[in-house]
Order: sequence, then structure tokens, then C-alpha cells
Amino acid sequence: MNNGAAVIAQNLVRSFGATAAVSDVSFSIQRGEIFGFAGPDGAGKTTVMRMLAGVLRPDSGGIAVEGIDVIANPEGIKSLLSYMPQRFGLYEDLTVAENIFFYAELFSVPRKIRLARARELLEAAGLSPFQKRLAGQLSGGMKQKLGLVCALIHTPSVLLLDEPTTGVDPVSRRDFWAILYNLRESGVTIVLSTAYMDEAERCSRLALMDAGKIHYCDTPARLKQAMPGMLLAITAADPRAVRAALADAPGVLGLLLMGDRVNVRVDDAARRAPELRARLDAQNIAVTGISRIEPAIEDVFVALVGGGAPA
Amino acid sequence: MLDRLYVMFMKEFLELKRDRWAIFRLVVPLILQVVIYGYAATFTISHVATTVLDLDHSSASRALLSRFYATGRFNIVDMAASQAQVTRDIDTGTATVAIIIHAGFARQLLNGQGAPLQVIVDGSNSNTALIALGYVSQITARFQAGAMASAWPQPATPPGGITVSLEQRPWFNEGLNDVWFFIPGVIGTLTLMQVVSLTAFAVVRERELGTLEQIMVSPIRPFEFILGKTVPFFLIGLGDVALVTIFGTLWFDIPFAGNPLVLLLGATLFLLAAVGLGLLLSTFSRTQQQAFALNFFFINPLFTLSGFAFPIAAMPRVLQWFTLINPLRYFLVVVRAIFLKGVGLGALWPDLAALAALAAGMLAISILRFRKSLD
Ligand SMILES: Nc1ncnc2c1ncn2[C@@H]1O[C@H](COP(=O)(O)OP(=O)(O)OP(=O)(O)O)[C@@H](O)[C@H]1O
Ligand SMILES: [Mg+2]
Repeated sequence: MNNGAAVIAQNLVRSFGATAAVSDVSFSIQRGEIFGFAGPDGAGKTTVMRMLAGVLRPDSGGIAVEGIDVIANPEGIKSLLSYMPQRFGLYEDLTVAENIFFYAELFSVPRKIRLARARELLEAAGLSPFQKRLAGQLSGGMKQKLGLVCALIHTPSVLLLDEPTTGVDPVSRRDFWAILYNLRESGVTIVLSTAYMDEAERCSRLALMDAGKIHYCDTPARLKQAMPGMLLAITAADPRAVRAALADAPGVLGLLLMGDRVNVRVDDAARRAPELRARLDAQNIAVTGISRIEPAIEDVFVALVGGGAPA
Repeated sequence: MLDRLYVMFMKEFLELKRDRWAIFRLVVPLILQVVIYGYAATFTISHVATTVLDLDHSSASRALLSRFYATGRFNIVDMAASQAQVTRDIDTGTATVAIIIHAGFARQLLNGQGAPLQVIVDGSNSNTALIALGYVSQITARFQAGAMASAWPQPATPPGGITVSLEQRPWFNEGLNDVWFFIPGVIGTLTLMQVVSLTAFAVVRERELGTLEQIMVSPIRPFEFILGKTVPFFLIGLGDVALVTIFGTLWFDIPFAGNPLVLLLGATLFLLAAVGLGLLLSTFSRTQQQAFALNFFFINPLFTLSGFAFPIAAMPRVLQWFTLINPLRYFLVVVRAIFLKGVGLGALWPDLAALAALAAGMLAISILRFRKSLD
């Protein structure tokens, strides 16, 4: 197996009854990467994460984390790995400090190291003033950050985060990412799944998942280059009407409604922009602006994978 | 490994300590049930609301009625004037029992023809009805004996009149103190209920919260987790046993004739089976609601088929077989025998062995299932 790879997955398959949650997924993640899984609900992100963490057995396929075979030896990876489930469960009747203490003891973190590390992590998460507060009384964002602190108390070398910032306010999300960047500096490999496309762009590499398969896997920049066509943003008072009017216009490859605008993927932006404006004028649809934009991951996802875009 | 067990116990007791209602859920129901069983759950009834209709107005009829007053079992709430009034009393619930002495009672009694005495009981509470009937039959039988003795110094033919034929329940025994019978039983039923539900809920709560999965990615082994989740409730169970034993012996003066160590052994085996059952139920439940429903579903038959209130010997054969895999059945035998008979290992070893086998089986099945349920 590759020496630089922190995580290798080969031909992973897992079904639940008749549902093929993950079908034939392979990838390899380098040490120090921030590797992201993006995809709509039910794409199979959580299922992949749980298999990597060793809490769910694949029907077939192989997983190695830091060179250790997870399926044959799930105990072997436990001290190297940390897994933060989609909904990190805290003991709500225990205080912030007690929750951290609990995980530190479970992972046998020596007491001296634990105190220093807890202080550092709490500081970074902005939770220092709340150590004596019951976990149940924290806000959603604080709970999630406390989950991260608990997950990091034993200094893992591979960190698995399943939608870590879903439902977290922007300030807490910034704290969260600051911690992740710091960890990456110190060589921790981070694997995360996300429903937020701005978050996906921060990953060093991204796997676009849908219906249990990875359709594309590359850096966000190269994924954008791989998107066929160019993107025009049309802002209008009634974007739905715009979308309906342009659905079968010549040169239009795809349409994506984005709030008050429609992102229209076309074969040639310079040529199609005036054509589309004329078409909308002819139908009396008021347009506030048409401009060429750089695609975001969302556009790329829809163009490459199709179907429903992730949120 | 000891660190991890220690921190699991710590967490469990901290959570319990923080839970403001824990003391109410753990101790209050226990004491309450003991008090309730101590005072209310008795097969001896007294002051049954009774209505009386005397159509004979003879000294014999008054003599019979005075016997009813004298026992204290019957509380005469109404002296009815007519049959209709009796019916009304029973229908409205004013009276549970009606005693009707028909005209000619004294005459027929003297003739030895069998005197007509009618007893109506409100059968909607069949238990009270049966017990009340039992008293009636006793009182009338004594009255009859007395009447015979005075009227016929040497009885020739047995007068068949004032007999109320009654099939008596096997447990109905005036000599037995019901409280002595029940309180030791309560040790078994309440501890079982508490320990099974506490264990099941504690495990399911972790599953529901998602902490189970987090704990499983830590270096803790499943069996350490299981110990961490069961030992605290096992200890609580032992506390329950001690509490009810002390309370029962001090408050209700129940004798404790046997060896406390044998009780400890029996309780230990019984509680192992109970935590095993709790763990087993937890593997069938995703949510606490499911665990609650399942718990209810299992606990009721365990009570009914244990001999706590209904004698096993009186059950249909098939149900009797079910009692054989009920740990409560054996524990009740052990507890009652230790309390009331004071017997030791020599007499109780078959029940203790059955408890041990059930505990081992229950734990083995539940641990296997628990490991599988992690996937
Ligand atoms: N334990 C399970 N039992 C049955 N089906 C499951 C289970 N876990 C996942 N599935 C199914 O497998 C598919 C993939 O689910 P998964 O949770 O991996 O998706 P996801 O990408 O994480 O979605 P989300 O964004 O909603 O978290 C879904 O169809 C889901 O219903
Ligand atoms: Mg998911």
C-alpha cells in the first residue's frame, strides 16, 4: 500500500436490505489532506464514514487507515483515529469539563497532557468560560465545538467528521475551521462530509457522491475546470420564469435556480448572452443583469453529477 | 481497562446524581409499593359495605344478623325494607354484599328443613366477592352448628339449609399473614422492574444520543462497556433489596428467619439475570419509547407467571412451563423461604441453581446480541 496515504478504500460496498447505500467506492487520501465528501441526502456519505471508522462492516472491499487493515483489525486503529458522527452525542447532564474528561479517560490520555490539551482546545473553540456549564445548556454551535474538542482530546492522526458544521452559526463555523486548519498544519489527516458548498471549496480534494457512488474526485479547482461549458448568472425579479423560458433555448446545457438568480450553463458565454437576453425580452420577462461568473462547486456538482444539487 | 471501567461508572453515577428526579424514581416508588402492599394488598377484608333485608323479623334472624355485625367484617350500611331497595343498593354501589333473610326463616330452621338465606354479592370485584362469600359461609356454618346444638341435642339428619357452597382459593388461609407473604415478594418484583428498565433505558439512551457509536470507536471493548452499563444498576438492585428488607422487617415486623448471606447470593444471581434481561431488551430497541413498550410487554407476564400473587400450581400446564424460565419465580421461592421459613442452602439449592443457570443464559444471549447490534 502507498506510503503517503493515510486512508485507502478499495471497492467498498454496503447495502441495508434492498438499499445499496454504497456501491463500489474507492479512494485514497494523503497524509495532511482535508478530504471532503459532498453529495445530497442519502448519497452514502455517512455510510462511508462509518465504515472508515470501523463501526460498520462493509459487505465487501478493503479499508486501510495508516497502513492498518480496519476490517481485520478494527481495534488497531482506534487510538489513531477519531470519528465525530453526524450528530455528536454529548452527555447533557455532565459539564463541559466532565464530557472532555470522559473521552480523555476512554482514550487513556495521561492526566498531565490532558489538562494542557483541553485548555488549548477549549481556548481555540471559544469554550473556556463555559467549562462548568452542563453540556445540555450549550447552544447548538457550542455543542458541536465541544464534540470536536472531545474528538480531538487524544490527538488522533486521522480525523473523520460527518457534517460537522450542519446547523452551526457562522461564527462558530469560523472557529471550527480555524481549528481544522491548525490540525492540518500539524499533519492530521481530515476527512469530512459536508452539505455546505462553501465548505466543500475549502477542502484540498473533494469527492462528489450521489446514489452510493463517487462520480468525480479531484481538487475543487480542477473539478471546476472539468465542468463542460461556461456559466452565466441571470438576475431577475422572477427567476422561476427565467428558468422556464430558457429550459429549451439553444446552447443551454443546464439551469440552476439560486435564490434571486438563475445560473445558466451554456456552451459559449459570449455568443449566448445576447441571444438569451433577446429571448427573455421577447417573452416580457424583466432581467436585472446577465454576467459571466466562475462556477461554484454547486454548479459543478449539478453539471457533473446531475440531479438534485446538495443544499 | 480499569481506568475505562472507572470512568464509565463515574459517568453513570454522575448522571444519576444530576438527575433531580432520580431519587423519586428510584426510592419513592419502592417505599410506596411496600407501604401499599403492606396495608392494601391483603386478602383479608373488613368493613364490607353490606345491606340487610330481614323479612322474617324473628329472634333467629336477628341472632344470625348479630353474628354478621360481630365479626367486624361487614359494615351494615342499610337496613333495606324491600327487595327493590336491595337491588338499588347493589346497583348504585352503596353496598357490595346484601344479606336477605326470607320470611319463615325461624320456622324452617326449627323444622330442620333448611332455612332460606340469600346472599347477593357484587361480582364486579370478584376477589372481594369471593372473600366476602367465604366469610358468609363461615358465619352461617357456625350459626348453623349453634342452632343445631340448641334445637337438636342429638342431630338426626344433617339440615342442608344454610350452607353456602364455596370453592375456596388455595391461598385463602386465615392463619397466614398476608403482609408477610407479600412484602418479601415485593423485593423480587420491584427490584426486577427497576433493574431491567434502568439497564435497558441506560443502554438505549446511549444508542439514541449517538454516544454508543462514539464510545465504540474508542479503545473500550464491548464487554467493558457492558460492565460499565450493568454494574451500577446491579448495585442499585442490591440497594433495593436491602432497603425493602430493612423497611419490611422494621416497619411491618416481618420476621427474617434466614441467613442474610444466602439472601445476598440469591439476590446476586437474580440481579445478574435482571441486568441480562435489560441488556437483551435494549438490543431490540432503537428508541427509549420502544424500550418502554418492550419493558412493559415483558414485565407483566413475568409478574403474573411468578407466583407473586397467583399460585403457579393453579395455572394451566402450558403457563406453568413458562414459569420455569422466569427468574422471578425462583427468587420469590428463595426470598420467602429465607424470610419466613429460615431455610438455608440445603433446601434452596435447586432454586439457586436454576437462578444461576438463567442468569448465565440471559447474560450470554444478551452479550452476543449486543455485539451483533453494534453493526
Ligand atoms: N442503518 C441503516 N439502515 C437502513 N438503511 C440505511 C442505514 N444507514 C443508511 N441507510 C440508507 O443508506 C442510504 C445512504 O445513507 P447515508 O446516511 O450514508 O447518506 P448520507 O449521504 O449520509 O445522507 P445525509 O446527507 O442525509 O446524512 C440511504 O438511502 C439510507 O436510507
Ligand atoms: Mg449522513
